[in-house]
Amino acid sequence: MSKATDVSPPARRSEFMLLAGNALGATRKALTHNPTTLVGTIIFLLIVVLAILAPLIAPYDPVAQRIVNRLQGPSWAHWLGTDYYGRDILSRLLHGARYSLMIGIASITLAVIIGSLIGLVAGYFGGRIDIVIMQIMDVVLAFPALILGIILVAVLGASVTNIIIAIAFTAVPAFARIARAPVMVLREREFVQAGRALGFSDLRIMFRHILPNIVPEIIVMASLWMATAVRTEASLAFIGLGIAPPTPTWGGMVREGFENILDSYSVALFPSLAVLVLVLALNLIGDGLRDAIDPKLAKNA
Amino acid sequence: MLGFVLRRLGFAVVTLFAVLTLVFFVIRVLPGDPTVVILGDQASAQSIALLRERIGLDRPIWLQYVQFLGGALRGDWGTSLVSGRPVIGEILNVLPHTLELTAFALVLGVAMGLPAGIWAAVNRNRIPDYVTRIVSLLGLSAPAFVSGIVLLLVFAIVLRWFPVISSGQSTDLWGKLRDLTLPALNLALIMAAYVTRVTRSSMLEVLSQDYVRTAMAKGASGTAVVLRHALRNCLIPVVTVVGLYLGILIGNSVLTEIVFNRPGLGKLIVGALNQRDYTMLQGMMVIYTLIVVLVNLATDLVYGLVDPRVQYK
Repeated sequence: MSKATDVSPPARRSEFMLLAGNALGATRKALTHNPTTLVGTIIFLLIVVLAILAPLIAPYDPVAQRIVNRLQGPSWAHWLGTDYYGRDILSRLLHGARYSLMIGIASITLAVIIGSLIGLVAGYFGGRIDIVIMQIMDVVLAFPALILGIILVAVLGASVTNIIIAIAFTAVPAFARIARAPVMVLREREFVQAGRALGFSDLRIMFRHILPNIVPEIIVMASLWMATAVRTEASLAFIGLGIAPPTPTWGGMVREGFENILDSYSVALFPSLAVLVLVLALNLIGDGLRDAIDPKLAKNA
Repeated sequence: MLGFVLRRLGFAVVTLFAVLTLVFFVIRVLPGDPTVVILGDQASAQSIALLRERIGLDRPIWLQYVQFLGGALRGDWGTSLVSGRPVIGEILNVLPHTLELTAFALVLGVAMGLPAGIWAAVNRNRIPDYVTRIVSLLGLSAPAFVSGIVLLLVFAIVLRWFPVISSGQSTDLWGKLRDLTLPALNLALIMAAYVTRVTRSSMLEVLSQDYVRTAMAKGASGTAVVLRHALRNCLIPVVTVVGLYLGILIGNSVLTEIVFNRPGLGKLIVGALNQRDYTMLQGMMVIYTLIVVLVNLATDLVYGLVDPRVQYK
């Protein structure tokens, strides 16, 4: 698991070890070399733990309305106050984190799988296949994620699955591009040529010999795009294209709070900050990882 | 040069055509009868048939497609299902508000981001570098509605410097500026964050070049080298990023217009969504595609202005 980030031919290790090795190598390097990545990772893991434990640690039921308690400021009973329906904001935030994380992780996982496959195929075969595929990807990529997300969710309907599909769709071209570029270089490398000379099938060369080499780039892209995915999900919910109320989502909470912002600012402010902190944590991770795998930066770091 | 422009134009036309086709089929092929959505599931068979005839759903699909394309090209994008007015008229009514907002934000964003990026690069790994890095990461992490709400809370509700609702209706320059400042600043902050980051890395790259060392060696002052020799050369990636993120600016303008209650494409699309105004949504998709395609075309052409080495092949 030494310098696994350099683009070297796969040694005699199973491809799983190599994949894991590349991923771990880049991560460890980023964590040890870059304090911001460490901070980002700690914040992210904290949010994940809080989200998992939400049903156990949330002080109140996130959807139970107590109108008599409505629009209270922060207090000992309600640390972050209550919303328009008297619901506890902290409890709703904790539960809302589950949806932000779930949609972010699911959509980017989907985009990574589909996008990498498309990029791998385009880069490996080249020629006309490459031109057609990448032209289509460019058209999709030209669209701002939010606009594309709005259109797709508007047409598909706002459900958890559809939101995940819509956000994944916006991110697919990015992964196709990031996977394609190194493949085009690797395709000409000796170890791939050797594989071809030995009569390996295209599939075997693509998955066993090329895929492990592009893992670090994909991980960086995944963390940066997950930040975008979380932001897009929150933005969609803010516009009114989120999971239907009373389910707590951060974007939806901001939307409700914003409608009554002149009465109480805390209802809109706290979920806004929650989105900001999660997206920032993901960007810090992605930024540090990118520095860690960028050979140009590594030399004069 | 002419060949290059024509080819890019050709690509733009193909893109537009592809998206129009996609829009047409996506709206028609997906489950859910638009007439039921518009009239509700209690509607009588007769009123559904009438509506189908009115919006042309009773004709064969290929005829609908040809008519849709022909209409889109002639500027006839149908009439809004809600207001009954032509879609293109409604869009053109609010388009100037969105363009005004994004143009102002673009200028403001570059004006903030470029100096910040240069400042960070020349002070690499010192305090200014860390400060700009954190601030720009914050800027590109904040969804536009979050930064918008924070700006609104601080400057309009607590400090009362600006109106809470910027109507966009003011006709005099001062009123226009008052309406525009907060929303444009909100968009500009995000733009500035991207511009700062790319300027910093581009400037660092340029500063390590031989000709910069030569300029230093011949005794030119640091400021002169940065501004006279390095700045122009570091601009190419910046132009790319500005072009790329103009799209993001357009996307974020939707959120900004909602937060600051400004008229524009954003409020129009949200209204169309809430009222299930399908013809309006279709028109919005066309206009957004048009904007995206034109921005990409403009970005390609601007390269030549900042980098004479670019060959328009």
